[in-house]
Amino acid sequence: MINFDKVSKQYKNSNTPALNEIDLNIEQGEFVFLVGQSGSGKSSLLRLLLKEEKPTSGTVTVDGINVGKLPNRKVPAFRRSMGIVFQDFRLLPGKTVFDNVAFGMEVIGKSKKEIEQRIPAILDLVGLDEKAHRLPSELSGGEQQRVALARAFVNKPKLLLADEPTGNLDPSTSVGIMKLLDRINRTGTTIVMATHDVAIVDQMRKRIVQMENGNIIRDQERGMYGHTGH
Amino acid sequence: MRLSFVSKEVGNGLRRNFTMTVALIVSVAVSLSLVGAALLLSAQVDRMKGYWYDKIEVSIFLCGDSSVTYTCTGSITIEQRKNVERILDTLDPVQNVFYESSADAYAQFKEQFAGSAILANISPDALPASFRVKLDNPENFEQVASALQSVQGVESIQDQRKLLDRFFQILKGLQSFALAIALAMLFVTVLLVMNTIRVAAFARRRETSIMRSVGASNMSIRLPFILEAAVAAMLGSTLATAGILASKYWLIDARLAPNLTFIPFVTWNEVLVIVPVLYLVGLGTTILAASVTLRRYLKG
Ligand SMILES: Nc1ncnc2c1ncn2[C@@H]1O[C@H](COP(=O)(O)OP(=O)(O)OP(=O)(O)O)[C@@H](O)[C@H]1O
Ligand SMILES: [Mg+2]
Repeated sequence: MINFDKVSKQYKNSNTPALNEIDLNIEQGEFVFLVGQSGSGKSSLLRLLLKEEKPTSGTVTVDGINVGKLPNRKVPAFRRSMGIVFQDFRLLPGKTVFDNVAFGMEVIGKSKKEIEQRIPAILDLVGLDEKAHRLPSELSGGEQQRVALARAFVNKPKLLLADEPTGNLDPSTSVGIMKLLDRINRTGTTIVMATHDVAIVDQMRKRIVQMENGNIIRDQERGMYGHTGH
Repeated sequence: MRLSFVSKEVGNGLRRNFTMTVALIVSVAVSLSLVGAALLLSAQVDRMKGYWYDKIEVSIFLCGDSSVTYTCTGSITIEQRKNVERILDTLDPVQNVFYESSADAYAQFKEQFAGSAILANISPDALPASFRVKLDNPENFEQVASALQSVQGVESIQDQRKLLDRFFQILKGLQSFALAIALAMLFVTVLLVMNTIRVAAFARRRETSIMRSVGASNMSIRLPFILEAAVAAMLGSTLATAGILASKYWLIDARLAPNLTFIPFVTWNEVLVIVPVLYLVGLGTTILAASVTLRRYLKG
């Protein structure tokens, strides 16, 4: 599904590389935690997968596509094939829960009929069917993140990328989000999630890729956060 | 992208940016009105030229009793008049020649100024006899003038075109002036479009970044902005068109034409031809300016 082959990323205005000859392979259907200190390169790795940034050297492959070489005009279609969740939810403030999720479908040209059929089901999945007509400002952080998850998952992407989706949430709310991600993962969607959240990582017992200064220093199946070599 | 979705976004955008949108509409309307006025003026000048050049004559005034130029020694003799006529016959551009005697001229004058006090001050022989010469092309005046300038019995030669040309020059000046202001206004419009789009793109950067991360194409991210500008341009162009049509109907047809019967005015056909030009210029500049701005401020 995902392959990094000797991938380095050097930002223009920085003197140390954000990623340093990374090799990483992720199979279809896996759930992978990206952990590591602030500035270790987790977000940079995700940005390469989205083609928000281009690798300085090496090749990033997603679903057989060489992402670095993907022409700009094909980037939108490429992004539609995946779902993305951010720490700050990134909901549209003027739109209701229903419309925010619908936005993800409208933007890729789904018909009104398809949208009206699909959205109740997905809102039910994230447990927000009662709050479909609320605005984001009328929701708790956890609820907002569930809306964002619904939007990311509404088109049933093969790959879902999440950059600290629980970063702004309290522990019990985070658990709810993780349960949801786990459910999505069990439908066959590959999930790569960057996080600082030790409790969650330890609880989930999924593959852990730990980074430090742009290097992968640990890659462990069913790992625990604390059990590092350090 | 479905149409209803796009139009909803466009409506939202226009409402959010209300003052800017109004400014944009007014700016487009004003600059296009000026473009329209310049085009109208140019059509008017063409029409008048065609009409009047057709009627232009060269007047060759012949010597009378009181003439004092060196080619005159009292009134023209029959012999001299025959000579002038002969010379006119040899000139290529001359199409037809009409002789107007002093008495004819007075009769004509009397008719034109019937009931006016001027009549009393003019004696029947004060108006000189003349040849009225029609040329194939008024531009060939010089040829006639040089052939007759120093012929005995010819007092003076008058080219009506000279009078008209001075008038046309004034109109041309007016037209260039309108066009210059129109261009300046169009430039202002372009700046306004750029600024409006820049502000709109900034105000909606969150939305567009979300759209982009959800995988919306550049086209569908930019389209609402471009359509917003286009809708504003459309409204502006329509206002300008209404202004031009109104000035044809209420100014030219209702006020000017009935009072200035000797001037031929632009026809509806000539006015209607201007309309698509206005829309084209309005939409063209706006959409172009918007696209260029978006390319800079909404990078994909
Ligand atoms: N746009 C950028 N320009 C220059 N340097 C950048 C840019 N983005 C990130 N960096 C640098 O690259 C390194 C890795 O950053 P990255 O955002 O990938 O870290 P992270 O692991 O996601 O950190 P955090 O856990 O705080 O989100 C850091 O040193 C950061 O300063
Ligand atoms: Mg980060």
